[in-house]
Amino acid sequence: MRVLYFAWLREKLGTAAEDLAIPPRVATVGELIEWLKATSPRHAAAFAGENIVRCAVDQEFAAADAPIGSAREIAFFPPVTGG
Amino acid sequence: MQEADFDAGAELRRLSDHAAGGIGSFIGIVRANPEAPRRVTALTLEHYPGMTEKALAKIAAEAEARWTLTGCTIIHRVGRLLPGDNIVFVGAASPHREAALAATAFLIDWLKTAAPFWKNEEYSTGETEWVAAREADERAARSWDDSR
Repeated sequence: MRVLYFAWLREKLGTAAEDLAIPPRVATVGELIEWLKATSPRHAAAFAGENIVRCAVDQEFAAADAPIGSAREIAFFPPVTGG
Repeated sequence: MQEADFDAGAELRRLSDHAAGGIGSFIGIVRANPEAPRRVTALTLEHYPGMTEKALAKIAAEAEARWTLTGCTIIHRVGRLLPGDNIVFVGAASPHREAALAATAFLIDWLKTAAPFWKNEEYSTGETEWVAAREADERAARSWDDSR
């Protein structure tokens, strides 16, 4: 699965995208965040304030309880500040 | 969505036709906040290619579903911008002014909360910072949920 990061999340992780083999037991956005935090100290630090991190599953905004199912692309980012 | 500047006059002319009784528009520009202890010297807009286009189309479709519009335009710039530069143009044309003005306000309120853009500010002190989302913007966007 392709995981994308934007804005300060991208900077904290030092990468804009990762291709990850996510185990099938990881079923929701919230569970994916927990799993990512366990992959490295850098991920744990980047997601430390996870209640502020927003997500999109296949380019649609998604809440923490949203299923990730067979998504191709999951993105994490801070609250948006356009306009 | 584009890096290049836009011509607001040309965009307004594009929205003007015989069916439109009026056109509402809003232009967002980079603010220098000269009174602040650290001045903003530049602003870089990052976005999520692919999702941004979908989000903007969805916002425009939502405006067209809520009001009778003869035209609707959203232009959002990305990349590095300087104080005074244009960031965003929204415009809505309608047979009636209420719809044109309300749709314009809706477009910019939703653009601030429902499209994947992030602002990074550069300051006169040499520091840079990601702009934090404002609760007031979230409230403004949500207020349209009740008025449906």
